[in-house]
Amino acid sequence: MRYVDSFKVSTPSAREIQVTRDFHAPRQTVFDAFTKPELVRRWLLGPPGWTMPVCEIDLRVGGAYRYVWRKDGAKDMGMGGIFRQIESPEKIVATEKFDESWYPGDALDTTVFAEDGDITSVTITVLYISQEARDTARRSGMEAGMAAGYDRLEELLAALPVGGLR
Amino acid sequence: MGDRLDLTFSALADPTRRAILARLASGDASVNELAEPFAMSQPAISKHLKVLERAGLIARDRDAQRRPSRLVAKPLAEASAWLHHYRQFWEFSFRNLDDLLEDMTMAKKKIKRPTRKPTGKPTSRKL
Repeated sequence: MRYVDSFKVSTPSAREIQVTRDFHAPRQTVFDAFTKPELVRRWLLGPPGWTMPVCEIDLRVGGAYRYVWRKDGAKDMGMGGIFRQIESPEKIVATEKFDESWYPGDALDTTVFAEDGDITSVTITVLYISQEARDTARRSGMEAGMAAGYDRLEELLAALPVGGLR
Repeated sequence: MGDRLDLTFSALADPTRRAILARLASGDASVNELAEPFAMSQPAISKHLKVLERAGLIARDRDAQRRPSRLVAKPLAEASAWLHHYRQFWEFSFRNLDDLLEDMTMAKKKIKRPTRKPTGKPTSRKL
């Protein structure tokens, strides 16, 4: 069974994009497909014509991942980041930055795997942390955590439950 | 393009600004005309117009008296195009993932039902 119609893209806020999709497979299997490099490079390819010559994943807190996509006639596209939180098989939080970054700073990716019977629902939320957001957090000093600086903000964001982002 | 997209998304995140854009879609308007439907002062509307202008979503003529605003489409087009490519990337990727998951599930099922191999040994049974 394929749940193609379950695919949704939304913008829960001015700084977030959220993607959801259901799969007919056990949660651990889906989690593995998202975290084992030999599996990731077989599907995380977008439209036909692309390959993944580089797919490295060091799945631990503080570990790095790196992806490079290649297509004939196009320039290589590279991206990578650091894992902030890993709760197998429920949740992964990692930073994301493209080599040719179109946005300032890193984004924070939260991927949640929820199981309901034979179906695993995956929700990916990308939070774009801009310079502006960082500066505002520093200036306002509204909450102790935010006043402590950008790194702390990232920690707080990594700890937010996904429900709060919906 | 990055900063522009940032500005575009924040500009669009406010309902008053979206309403202003909707109004301008049907024609140019002065600050007074734009302020009218909202329980909002002219300076408050002007603040919104500045945000929209910085995002490149509207342009304001240098007419000192009226400074009418008009809609400019380019950043919206950029944001739309980006979103389209983003959707497409995931749509295709997830279809690939459907295939992979099917392979993985079938492979697991095969392991659970191992093919019988003759061992040459008599099986012992308790009677």
